Amino acid sequence: MRSAGSRHVLPAQTDFNFNVTDKQMSNSAPVKISAKDVKVFYGDNQALHGISMDVYQNEVISFIGPSGCGKSTFLRCMNRMNDTIEHCRVTGSILLDGRDIHEPALDVVQLRAQVGMVFQKPNPFPKSIYENIAYGPKLHGLAERKADLDDIVESSLRRAGLWNEVKDRLDQPGTGLSGGQQQRLCIARSIAVSPEVILMDEPCSALDPIATSIIEELIDELKQNFTIVIVTHNMQQAARVSDRTAFFHLGNLIEIGNTNDLFTNPQQKRTEDYITGRYG
Amino acid sequence: MPNTKIGGHYSQAYDEELQQAVERLLQMAALAQKQLRDAMTAFSTADLALAKQVKQSDRKVNSFEVDIDEHCLDILARRQPAATDLRLVLAILKSVNDVERIGDMAKRIAKALLRALPDSRPSAMQLDTLNQMGQEVIQMFERAIAAFEQMDAKAALAVLRDEKAIDSTYDTILQSSLASMMQDTQQIAISLQVSQVAKSLERVGDHCRNICEQAIFISKGSHVAHLSDAELQQIVDKSRD
Repeated sequence: MRSAGSRHVLPAQTDFNFNVTDKQMSNSAPVKISAKDVKVFYGDNQALHGISMDVYQNEVISFIGPSGCGKSTFLRCMNRMNDTIEHCRVTGSILLDGRDIHEPALDVVQLRAQVGMVFQKPNPFPKSIYENIAYGPKLHGLAERKADLDDIVESSLRRAGLWNEVKDRLDQPGTGLSGGQQQRLCIARSIAVSPEVILMDEPCSALDPIATSIIEELIDELKQNFTIVIVTHNMQQAARVSDRTAFFHLGNLIEIGNTNDLFTNPQQKRTEDYITGRYG
Repeated sequence: MPNTKIGGHYSQAYDEELQQAVERLLQMAALAQKQLRDAMTAFSTADLALAKQVKQSDRKVNSFEVDIDEHCLDILARRQPAATDLRLVLAILKSVNDVERIGDMAKRIAKALLRALPDSRPSAMQLDTLNQMGQEVIQMFERAIAAFEQMDAKAALAVLRDEKAIDSTYDTILQSSLASMMQDTQQIAISLQVSQVAKSLERVGDHCRNICEQAIFISKGSHVAHLSDAELQQIVDKSRD
């Protein structure tokens, strides 16, 4: 757990005028993503009840909460992945570097390159390790020559801590790697298109403790260059990897603050009950 | 009676483990308290047999310390406690050390009697003062442990405030012992003995202080060591959800 800003406590029903900005953090790190009054509806069912929060550049922020609390829904709002879900409606605003990600002129493909995503289950393409990484840069026209592409593949795999394990078998299928390696391949694939933010939706839930440790170590290194938002059910993982933690419950943001403070001295009873395993 | 602030986990076994850690600390504290009471009785009545018993029983207090440490270690390893649970386990681990030291102080008082020459007994007035101080300290220990058990920050703060009176009683006894030594060299051995007992009692007060600080830490989540009275009051007045 590393230092970041001070803690902010939110009322049960988020007050939209409530200033969620973390003052101490905002003095030192620019806001990367700013969400204001984000509501999500799946048909008639409201999944998020007006979430407002800032995510700072180069921080690792964890979202925790019981199943169905809206943490993954909110994560998917950040690169408009909810657009792909039928009957899903998102209101409110999400600014990435001050620009509204819902504005009509914005290219969603470009947005998803800027805000990459790693999913719960490793999902490499049924292609070679090399092609898994090269696919995105080719699509986005990031490499003009084969040598440039080779460089991107190597540097992405290096940054994902996978290069030494796969450098001699780049032509072999990505699906042939172990679960932990596949997840790092997916992280490398995400890095290859030079994102600014990486969203991770329970990235270690299908991995063993060693593969999990490697990914967690990787997250720590990646934060030097990227902003990372991670949804996890593993509270120890949130405590280990993140600078700040946000607790969601029934579609509301209950508490957000320094990971250290939130796990040792939460200010809201619902947070306390959840992280200590008590009936709420 | 089980502490309601400890219970309520989905895992009843976890409730029981935490409850057991607190109960063992309370048992240890009860034993240390008896030791302290016996030590003071032995000293004031020159009861050598009782003093020897206090000296020997210190081992029981020490074995409690090891037992509670191991129990807390198990909880940390198996449950990875968070929030109040984490603070409780940490506070127990720290307070167990204070209770063990209180046991040591009782032993030290007993040894002061065992080491003294048979004819070098403090005066009735000196014994009265020490007994008075002893009673205050024992009462303070009881209140500190009760505040810890109830996680009652206000009660703990009240003990912290009263602890200053113990320090001032100790200063008075020390001054009077020094004066007595300077007036009459024959009094040196007795005065040293009185000072040593007073010092041990004063140290018990300090350990009670530490226990109370832990009670506030559990209840309020803030570290309160080395804070001024006003800062302490502010933390204790802070309401939680």
